Amino acid sequence: MSAPHSREPAAGGTPRAMTPAERRRAPDPRAAADWTARQTAETNLRALVGRAYPRVRGMFREPSWLFFEIFLPFLGTSAYVLVYRALRAPEAYVGFVVLGGALSAFWLNVVWSMAGQLYWEKSQGNLELYFAAPMSLMSVLLGMAAGGLAMSSTRAVAVLAISALVYAVPFHVAQWWLVAAVFALTLTALYGLGMMLASLFLLWGREAWHLTNVMVEPVYFVSGLNFPVGRLGAVGIAAIATIPFAVGLDAMRQLAFPGSGLLTGTPTPEAEALILVAMTVLFSVAAHWSMGVIERMARSRGSLSIRWQ
Amino acid sequence: MSPTPPDGAPLPPAIEVAALRRTYDVKPRPVVALDGVDLEVAPGEFFGLLGPNGAGKTTLIKILTTLLLPSAGTARIFGFDVATDTRRIRRIMNMVAGGEQSGYGILTVREQLWMFSQFYGLGTREGWRRVDALVEAVGLGEQRLQRVSTLSTGQRQKMNMARGLLNDPWILFLDEPTLGLDVSAARSIREQVLAWKAEIPGRTVLLTTHYMAEADELCERIAIVDRGRILAIGTPAELKRRVQRDSIFRLAVDRLDGGPAALARLPGVVSAALASDHAPDAQHVAVNLVLREDAALGGVVTALARMGSQIRSLGKSEPTLEDVFVALVGRGLADEADDTAPLPPSEADDDLAAAHAPSHDAEAGR
Ligand SMILES: Nc1ncnc2c1ncn2[C@@H]1O[C@H](COP(=O)(O)OP(=O)(O)OP(=O)(O)O)[C@@H](O)[C@H]1O
Ligand SMILES: [Mg+2]
Repeated sequence: MSAPHSREPAAGGTPRAMTPAERRRAPDPRAAADWTARQTAETNLRALVGRAYPRVRGMFREPSWLFFEIFLPFLGTSAYVLVYRALRAPEAYVGFVVLGGALSAFWLNVVWSMAGQLYWEKSQGNLELYFAAPMSLMSVLLGMAAGGLAMSSTRAVAVLAISALVYAVPFHVAQWWLVAAVFALTLTALYGLGMMLASLFLLWGREAWHLTNVMVEPVYFVSGLNFPVGRLGAVGIAAIATIPFAVGLDAMRQLAFPGSGLLTGTPTPEAEALILVAMTVLFSVAAHWSMGVIERMARSRGSLSIRWQ
Repeated sequence: MSPTPPDGAPLPPAIEVAALRRTYDVKPRPVVALDGVDLEVAPGEFFGLLGPNGAGKTTLIKILTTLLLPSAGTARIFGFDVATDTRRIRRIMNMVAGGEQSGYGILTVREQLWMFSQFYGLGTREGWRRVDALVEAVGLGEQRLQRVSTLSTGQRQKMNMARGLLNDPWILFLDEPTLGLDVSAARSIREQVLAWKAEIPGRTVLLTTHYMAEADELCERIAIVDRGRILAIGTPAELKRRVQRDSIFRLAVDRLDGGPAALARLPGVVSAALASDHAPDAQHVAVNLVLREDAALGGVVTALARMGSQIRSLGKSEPTLEDVFVALVGRGLADEADDTAPLPPSEADDDLAAAHAPSHDAEAGR
């Protein structure tokens, strides 16, 4: 052993001990490792805010996204509005299209941004740091969702407001509280799905990217982005049972344009709200579960990072 | 033997690794990255891992930071098992790697560090305070409002270093933290780590590096690793004493056909390796020579003349870690790590051969 106060470490394989003076001053690291439930919860909440932060910052810092995210979808919606008007379709169709255009912001955000996010974080080297930090990975996922939500909400509100003004859309909302509830549930179901996709994409790697292509145009079609989904018959019902975007959109349309008699063949908004609740629970549990599986797999395979020095 | 605090409860080692193995299931055949590692690091130590590419240093760090599971054996951080007690370990450790590109380019240095501070549960304002203090401490005051994407390599690494200190870890893992940095940036990082560590006794650092001088300057003890095994552990002084009785020369020649291997084969030569500070475009070839005795130099000079090499300079010198490394690993860090490298000269040298067996370490170190 080394002399008590010398800086010269002990010999060979024996670790150099702290000097007695140092030992007296040194707190026990094990105490710092024991956290109360409150400390853990607080850290998870802070981590959520921390992860949402770059999204929100970026939103203000690079406002060019406004053009792509608002003007382009507005053009897409406008095309359908003009077609329906030219065909002298019932005016409610214009409302359907505008609502679809607004809500599609969230779907795009989930598919393009959320789903590939963890995979991207892995290639950046962030994922390892997330795992190595003391927060739950679910906080990171929720933070990503919250950040994405802030951005997509801006887009959705803008598209909705501009289109409603330009095309004088006649909304007749009677059950405001139900509209609010359905909207909130649509978002929880959508972002629950986003979190699940994020972990699955991480699991499958690059092959999963093909999925994103499948998840935009085809999903738009079966969800009735620009027409009532009930028109699709069995396909529409299947979409309502599986795709949060389809259910949410149909329920919102029923609530915003009641009595138009054009929305037939789908469950009531109340029933659809329940479907959204079930989806939220299912997707969130699946996301949580797959994060656990991913962590175990990655730790045993050594696949938490691509860059490995 | 682990140190015991005055209150009687024994403080476990900061790192305790026993019979640790790790293999990767890759094609065409599995890679054994760690092949039976035993290691103990005391709280408060600055410990270094020195080894050639692929030695298993990063693998060991990943296991200790709970990012990778051992295939066999155990590893504990302050008594917590890396396989099962991940939560606790993550609360008291942090890690920084060289060339790390973490974070989001759109954020400023300050914002990015604040974001990371939130992952460790620092309060909102406490986070900003800590970030501002660290930004100053690592010397990024001028860049604090600059976007992360615009930082130079050195600035970026200073920021990464600040990130690693955000939560005041009890144990800090540094994987080649000065990789690719210029002399002054590297020095600034080293000083930063030393200053931070000195603030509170018990803060422990595990460092991997390819820079021998860095290991020599920073580390209280060093383990030399190769092919997943620890070849020797000791203080830099102890390690150097292993080659003390040999004669060590620094040689510069205008050219060297056949490389250092041509010299290593000569009688009386323990090892010959390119100096690690050797620049490939230099006007000469710098070689570190370890000879069994000074008399063997005559043979080397004759051989050089026969090979048509002009000696530019030749001088006797004190052993450095580099010489120890070459003697143990069988090649220098600047040499190609391929099969054409000379056989480990230690096979011709009983004392050093003994050092190859980790179990003989304690004695060999004395
Ligand atoms: N994720 C992985 N999958 C497969 N093999 C791996 C993986 N990571 C490391 N290896 C292999 O394990 C061995 C040890 O690698 P490791 O990265 O631990 O070495 P190192 O000492 O850090 O090297 P370097 O000095 O180059 O950073 C190497 O042969 C490497 O190819
Ligand atoms: Mg490495």
